Amino acid sequence: MPRKIRVLVAKPGLDGHDRGAKVIARALRDAGMEVIYTGIRQTPDQIANAAIQESVDIVGLSSLSGAHNNLFPKVVQILKDKGAEDILVFGGGIIPVDDIPGLKKAGVREIFQPGASTEDIIKYIRENVKV
Amino acid sequence: MSKNIREEMERWEKTTLNKVLSKSPEREPSFKTTSHIELKRLFTPLDMTDLDYCKDLGFPGEFPFTRGVQPTMYRGRLWTMRQYAGFATPEETNKRYKYLLEHGQTGLSVAFDLPTQIGYDSDHPLSDGEVGKVGVAIDTLKDMEILFDGIPLDKVSTSMTINSTAAILLAMYIAVAEKQGVKSEILQGTIQNDILKEYAARGTYIFPPLESMRIVTDLFAFCKDHVQRWNTISISGYHMREAGCTAVQEVAFTLADGIAYVEAAIRAGLDVDSFASRLAFFFCCHNTFIEEVAKFRAARRLWSKIMKERFKAKRDDSCMLRFHTQTAGCSLTAQQPDNNVVRVAFQALAAVLGGTQSLHTNSRDEAYALPTEDSVRIALRTQQLIAYESGVADMIDPLCGSYAVEALTNEIEKKAVDYIEKIEAMGGAIKAIESGYIQGEIGESAYQYQKEIETKKRIVVGLNQFQVEEEPLRDILRIKPEVEQYQKEKLARVKKERDHAKVKDDLAVLKKAAQGTDNVIPPILEAVKGYATLGEISDTLRDVFGEYRER
Repeated sequence: MPRKIRVLVAKPGLDGHDRGAKVIARALRDAGMEVIYTGIRQTPDQIANAAIQESVDIVGLSSLSGAHNNLFPKVVQILKDKGAEDILVFGGGIIPVDDIPGLKKAGVREIFQPGASTEDIIKYIRENVKV
Repeated sequence: MSKNIREEMERWEKTTLNKVLSKSPEREPSFKTTSHIELKRLFTPLDMTDLDYCKDLGFPGEFPFTRGVQPTMYRGRLWTMRQYAGFATPEETNKRYKYLLEHGQTGLSVAFDLPTQIGYDSDHPLSDGEVGKVGVAIDTLKDMEILFDGIPLDKVSTSMTINSTAAILLAMYIAVAEKQGVKSEILQGTIQNDILKEYAARGTYIFPPLESMRIVTDLFAFCKDHVQRWNTISISGYHMREAGCTAVQEVAFTLADGIAYVEAAIRAGLDVDSFASRLAFFFCCHNTFIEEVAKFRAARRLWSKIMKERFKAKRDDSCMLRFHTQTAGCSLTAQQPDNNVVRVAFQALAAVLGGTQSLHTNSRDEAYALPTEDSVRIALRTQQLIAYESGVADMIDPLCGSYAVEALTNEIEKKAVDYIEKIEAMGGAIKAIESGYIQGEIGESAYQYQKEIETKKRIVVGLNQFQVEEEPLRDILRIKPEVEQYQKEKLARVKKERDHAKVKDDLAVLKKAAQGTDNVIPPILEAVKGYATLGEISDTLRDVFGEYRER
């Protein structure tokens, strides 16, 4: 039997809107994944460290405050600096479509926008994480 | 009369109704509100047999205020049209305020950026990327002077969405007014100052709950003597509803928080009638129209009973639940954004029919970003259409007496009471938040709601049905990254030019007050006048009170 996919759901920055992050964490759990939710107000450093310590396969970042362009790439970079570039990073929240190319170029693998379903996210993770 | 109706209804069910039902069943086996209240097919006078008009509904402006808090309601004065606004620098936000006032807005509502809300200056490492994003950045009194430049503070009322740093921002507002020659006694407005719901849903807390409650009650005491016309708190269900709770939970959790504030103030030695009339409330208005109208009426009636029966308030205005409403941000879709204009209109109409005192209507593009000027104008026009064209403002509580509305009002009140009793049994709202109970209930409702959307049990037009191929909206408001640098430079200039010795002394006095039992507001006021920064004042309090960490 393959092991369970491990996911870190994280809230970088000062944004406290975590309805989406919590709903996704629970949906992934219900889909059989092991999910760790960081809680709100995490720095990119804290998130990258948690991802490494918990040996997750993938990190989901949620931000609704508009700070995604600063914060998401930093998480990717810190993971890379620590030799953990195999941990995939995806994101979601209130993210204008014109910001997506820049985020992807910085190494964020996928961005889910308002209206995305938890099914879409589950499918994406299953297709992109090899266990 | 009731007997005839009952017999007639039974006859109708057996004949006319059954004839149709036997051929074509209804759309659903049962119909429920978002709060899981089972909706009857038909509400009739039979649902009102227990209703005592004088006791349960009464007259507007009188206990139990079911029909409204003012005797003339909107026939006397329309609700305050108050669009929540703030972004980037104080300079830019000041322009938006003047634009809104020119277009007929009647009150200001300040949105602050997250660093300001959480007590960090623009140059703090944790402010990285957040400066000016969800609201305006305020570091020192200088920023507040710019924000209200050319706006006479004796003429406008200003609502500030600010909680853990409410004391600092109110102090700055008082200091700006003073510079305009306006005395604090005549200032009108509201600070949100509702820290409990920050732990439950919104997340801009700094200090642990008890220390936060101390600042809240210090504000009550200070305003009672110096800013008498100010609403010292806006006890908010909005953010818990946005985080996913139901209409019933919104009423229950909000009033449970209200009880906690009143208890804290009484414990701090205040007489209930000395502060209760300055308590204000803030609710969300979501999609389910009749349930929402009933919710506002139920909340008003229930709060009046709590104040009178539990807290023995003697003054009528201590028992009044006055509230601001914002339409539901979480109901907006990124898909077919123009549909949001219609959603917002229905929600705004429900808020007006529910008797709101002020209203913010969301803009169509807010699933993407802060709204553009054009979008905000449509949102404001929506309120004006309701006010000046629909005619609903010409009667008081026009849905009163509707069998369905009264039945739902009763049911929501009853269910909210059950919840509040449960919370009381846990030791009150603070305990229920510390144990994670309220957060858990909100999360559960949010998850169920999302599941209903994904299984299409709940239809969201344009999202899970009636979709079209469309291009995402690109014409949105963008906050320039240079804003952060601009704020940092301005802050550095202010810090360089101020009287350093005074700042140091003022912060030392504040620290001493925080360590003891003196009211912390006067030293905060003194510190902001000397251009101590928001971050410095917050850090001083952090040193004494510590910081809260989510469990």
